[in-house]
Amino acid sequence: MTWDIMLILLVDGLSTGAIYLLAGLGFVLVFSVTRVIFIPSGDIAAFAALTLAAFQSRMIPGSIWLVAGMAVLACLAECTTLLRNGAARQVPRAIFFYAVLPLIPCGVGLAIASHDVPEALRIATTIGLILPMGVLIDRLTLRPLADASTLILFIVAIAVHFLIAGIGLIAFGPEGVRTTPILDGMVPLPGDILIPAQQVLMMVVALLLSLVFYLFFGRSITGKALRATASNRVGARLMGIRPERAAAAAYLIASALAAVVGILIAPITTMYYDSGFMIGLKASVGAIIGGMASYPITAIGSVFIGILESWASFVASDYKEIIIFSVVIPVLIWRSFAVHRDSDEEIEELA
Amino acid sequence: MSGPLLELEDIHVAYGKVEAVRGINLKLDEGRITTVIGANGAGKTTLLSAAAGLLPWRGRAQYQGRDLARMSAEDRVERGFCLVPEQRALFGDMPVLDNLLLGAYVRRRDKTFVRKSLESVFEQFPRLAERRAQEAQTLSGGERQMLAIGRALMSQPRLLLLDEPSLGLAPTIVRDVLTRVRGLRDQGVSILLVEQNARAALDVADHAYVMDTGEFVLEGPASDLATDPRVIATYLGGSSD
Repeated sequence: MTWDIMLILLVDGLSTGAIYLLAGLGFVLVFSVTRVIFIPSGDIAAFAALTLAAFQSRMIPGSIWLVAGMAVLACLAECTTLLRNGAARQVPRAIFFYAVLPLIPCGVGLAIASHDVPEALRIATTIGLILPMGVLIDRLTLRPLADASTLILFIVAIAVHFLIAGIGLIAFGPEGVRTTPILDGMVPLPGDILIPAQQVLMMVVALLLSLVFYLFFGRSITGKALRATASNRVGARLMGIRPERAAAAAYLIASALAAVVGILIAPITTMYYDSGFMIGLKASVGAIIGGMASYPITAIGSVFIGILESWASFVASDYKEIIIFSVVIPVLIWRSFAVHRDSDEEIEELA
Repeated sequence: MSGPLLELEDIHVAYGKVEAVRGINLKLDEGRITTVIGANGAGKTTLLSAAAGLLPWRGRAQYQGRDLARMSAEDRVERGFCLVPEQRALFGDMPVLDNLLLGAYVRRRDKTFVRKSLESVFEQFPRLAERRAQEAQTLSGGERQMLAIGRALMSQPRLLLLDEPSLGLAPTIVRDVLTRVRGLRDQGVSILLVEQNARAALDVADHAYVMDTGEFVLEGPASDLATDPRVIATYLGGSSD
């Protein structure tokens, strides 16, 4: 292996790792706040890619109907629950958050779909359409089970993935798409190596978003409230932090990250309605390295997985997936030794 | 004439088919320390958790004249009803300062309020000011209890529920914690104190209930109960604190 090839593989690995990093941060965030391993986040990333591709070919993306349908159902579910609990005063607020807000990007999407609009507006509308997906999926499928065990939540999350992928097939069709790159051209590196500008963009965006993520959780009181919910659920409730709102915030951020993942990856990989699963699965390896709890270790793990994948596809392309998922085994063994006693939040022990 | 701050009537709490609290009646007057003493397993913590909205319960309950059945745990906090649970429920992987700031979460938009609360908590618990950058899980037992109480005080509650604040603490620290509890009452905070350490609790409380296997068996002014032969025989006999 020459220096040139190593450098190319490294750049390739870093840009793939950047994608896994963004998706992995979403995994850790949602899991730590809700105990859900949110497998459908990969599907959400794929839907972002398919939505942008539809806009670019002047078609109405299926995600508009998908989001509108989920918004109506989620709004009905929320209002029914509120009325049953005698909290009629909160109904207008529920209608605003579950129906009105998600329908705004749907309207914008319908308006711009058949027109020649700037690329930035298409990307913004795509992100707007994808943002509510996590929250709506949660409200419709996982929220009613919020108190179930982690295992049940995991099983349901996998079932939701298959359901969502099936709906994706109806909404987007079976064809694969590639979007036009956001940045064209090549960037020269020392040693006469050229790398696509899109790959540089992926790394820069991942770095910037990691920084935003770090500042949000380190500095803002909302970020701290999310960490508090992850750290001690009962303690957070006793401070007046509502777990269902913390969960909604977590799903919103995870959906935003998934939207960015889908938009960044679509110009370099052909995306199908079910392509998200593999992205999500590989990103989850990074999150598992981080113990589903540590953001910095997840970041390092994700970048490692990206580089490993790029190296594996060069030296043993047939075994690429096997090599990546094999990493999970030593990590789990190491984790099982390093595991410490869980937080003392269990209310069942009280008597 | 205003009624009691907190009024519980015929409260039942069950874990499945086992009733841990059976028909409790409690009245808590504003500006006083009310204590519930009793042996381990009597149902004291269950009663507090239910009152704070963490466990489902049956019966009638009012706080500031409002029906508690329609208030979530978070609604209670917004109305100044705060529980410091037995396990402290600190955010262990976060610094002391962040724990305290989150204590004022319901008042987060009022920056002046948060700053003043923080100053006041640091004044009452100088140790917390020294350790503000330290992760909560690295604190000693006594410091953790200080942090748990300090965190609850950040929102300047009207009613503070304290569950076993002396648990796991050395006798000198117990005395210190309970002196501070009395100080809080003098600042106008009403307190419901649950304690296994009956002697210490009766020393600081104004009014007391004795709980046994899910029911209140005795009630009266704390000073009367401290000299009641039945209480002495059952709860104060072997206690050395």
